[in-house]
Amino acid sequence: MTTTRAATDAPQEATLNEAGTSEGGIVTCDACPVLCRIRLGKTGACDRYGNIEGRLARMDPLTVLTRRPDMVRVEGHEWSGNPLAARDVFVSAIGAGTTYPDYKPAPFIVGAQVDGVDMVTVVSEGIFSYCGLKVKIDTDRHLGPETATVRAGGEAVGHVTTAEYGSQMMSLGGVRHLTGGSKKEGIVACETLLALANGAAVELAVDGGAHVVVQPGAAPIVDGVPEARMRVGCGSATIGIFAGQWQGHADEVIVVDDHITGVLTEHQAGRFLDMRPSGIRVRGRRSTPGRYFQVANPGLGWGGTDIADPLAIIERVDAQRAWPGLRLLMVSTTGEHAAWFVLDDALRPQPAEMPPAIIAAVARIGENCEPALCSVLFMAGAGGSLRAGVTENPVLLTRSVQKSLTKVTSGGAPVYVWPGGGITYMVDVTAMPANGFGYVPTPALVAPIEFTLPRADYLRLGGYGDRMRAVEDVLAEARPRTVVLPAGVVFPVR
Amino acid sequence: MTAVATLLADGRLHLQHGPIDCVCRAWGEDGEVTQAYRQAASRFGTILGELCAELPLLRSALPGDLPAGDVAREMHRACLPFAAGFITPMAAVAGAVADAVLHALVAERRLSRAFVNNGGDIAFHLAAGEHLRAGMVTDLLAPAIDGVMVLEAARPARGLATSGRACKGRGGRSFSFGIADAVSVLARTAAMADAAATVIGNAVDLPGHEAVVRRPASQIDPDSDLGERLVTWDVLTVSGDEVRVALDAGRVVADALISAGLIEGAVLALRGQFALCGVGIPELESA
Repeated sequence: MTTTRAATDAPQEATLNEAGTSEGGIVTCDACPVLCRIRLGKTGACDRYGNIEGRLARMDPLTVLTRRPDMVRVEGHEWSGNPLAARDVFVSAIGAGTTYPDYKPAPFIVGAQVDGVDMVTVVSEGIFSYCGLKVKIDTDRHLGPETATVRAGGEAVGHVTTAEYGSQMMSLGGVRHLTGGSKKEGIVACETLLALANGAAVELAVDGGAHVVVQPGAAPIVDGVPEARMRVGCGSATIGIFAGQWQGHADEVIVVDDHITGVLTEHQAGRFLDMRPSGIRVRGRRSTPGRYFQVANPGLGWGGTDIADPLAIIERVDAQRAWPGLRLLMVSTTGEHAAWFVLDDALRPQPAEMPPAIIAAVARIGENCEPALCSVLFMAGAGGSLRAGVTENPVLLTRSVQKSLTKVTSGGAPVYVWPGGGITYMVDVTAMPANGFGYVPTPALVAPIEFTLPRADYLRLGGYGDRMRAVEDVLAEARPRTVVLPAGVVFPVR
Repeated sequence: MTAVATLLADGRLHLQHGPIDCVCRAWGEDGEVTQAYRQAASRFGTILGELCAELPLLRSALPGDLPAGDVAREMHRACLPFAAGFITPMAAVAGAVADAVLHALVAERRLSRAFVNNGGDIAFHLAAGEHLRAGMVTDLLAPAIDGVMVLEAARPARGLATSGRACKGRGGRSFSFGIADAVSVLARTAAMADAAATVIGNAVDLPGHEAVVRRPASQIDPDSDLGERLVTWDVLTVSGDEVRVALDAGRVVADALISAGLIEGAVLALRGQFALCGVGIPELESA
């Protein structure tokens, strides 16, 4: 049992006595005179404090990042100001709250000495109406035409944008979906962004395209089929990578790809190896020798095309060049689809048992594919009133960020700040501590943002010097929780 | 932590202490408003402590002993008319706090209008000929002003309270035995409106309906004054006719309270349908 002492308000003796008669695991909250007796996993009357694992904790706790969790003692009264180096903790904006519309100083303006330099971190949760997600989905499968509407629960929440190398990009959210459409559209868009930003899976439907389940850091699931591999390259690149390894084992290799299908003996790589032209001509538009566009329609079949039978893309076999017994491998850019044929006397491809060397060659394609993932970047503009919580002269903050004098982080994770006007940034949501995002019913997303700069620069910008608090005081007063950043993410304080 | 008073940028006063959040606004000459806010903040500072001193009594079913504190007594008085069924003075706590803060705010001040909004339970002051417009939101998941209630000085109501079924853990802070999305009540005081809204909200119900998910209050909040009693946790799909039946059950209670002179009027909302009760409810203007 944990019983905390009375706080600043002196409650009545009778109430205190009643609160004191508690059973095992109950925490008596001393944050106000109600003195709620909070059972394990429950919250008090205010919903601001709760009993987490037998300890009184804020339900929206300020989150402090640390290199060494064992060095930080901040739970309730156990904190005794033990020495800890400021370079080992970073007060993130997660749970910091906001002072929107920000004419007031940000909730936490934390001063700390890092390696002899006085630094200031201004910590606030930003309410972002201008925000969205840029989603990269590693797949060759055709998710839908460019600019097609992407829906969640029937509501438009974004659109398909460009196809990138081995991936399809989507843009979700943005101010037009959040506030520019119907009330329901805004709410569903906000829910979708929040779920993805906090690492949850979301099912999306593309108009005229596929259903895809997207989760940051997980493989996409396209029309119920989990994607395993990201392709090794386009059809032409696949030939460029493996041509030498195929020589001698196959007379022709066709790498089926919706974007650029490759034909080995006609391709520069096959010519370089002095391979005999096979006379097998594929459909589509020839770009350069051995490289064909539009061999089929986009789809969920071989190499992101709509075909299930690879022979469908063969237009003709040139009798002048081809020969009976010619060994033909047809394979997709991930090696997930492969078929082996031998031409009969009439020069018709006949399915045949794949020789071990070819099985190994196909497997090699697969081995060289990276796992297919969904990656999600949160993009938002902090150009608005949020800056006023940092300094009385907001444009100086913008300029300082643009000149890289002020470092911007989101939940401690590094961000990319776009060149040009404003503070428009992107952050990989998987680099942030879990559940760093919230929302307001406006609807808008709430995201953590921290500005770190030398103290002297901060004062020069018109910063709120009188609101600066030592990191030790914040740890002692705010009852924060401590987390470590996901593996591989650079700690925000050097 | 002691009570906190913050002046918001738009001229409203925010008072917060533990589970209580009041947003106040007064209209008058600058000096009068400043002094009014000072009085309100001063009164607010001790309210939670006073209530906590008598918390065990305030959490006990009525009829019971009259508590000692001013606010506690108003809670007791507002709930006593409903003591035939199960009720504790806590049913009027939010309204009674709003009344007490408003009372302090307007005392000896010259103000044309003022309100104290304690989490949706509102006490208001209107000088002769003045009015206030209260926006109504019927769907918390899609918040928008669905209608505007005009509060006029000529009418007797000085309290407007809203009770809903959104319980602790589901977006709300309290419990209901009923299924109403929202019941808004106008009464002479916010405490009376608060108690009545709770009682009417409990009556908007479909007893035994399988779409209504109920759980013991103590399971959700071990400290609840409702103990093991079943409270509404969730409402699944119900038909339009069933919504009407539930609203009519609430309307019967609301009409009885109007006849008894306990309230001026009520608006009951469930799944996009409404019941308007009493002449005390002005026409809802569409927003």
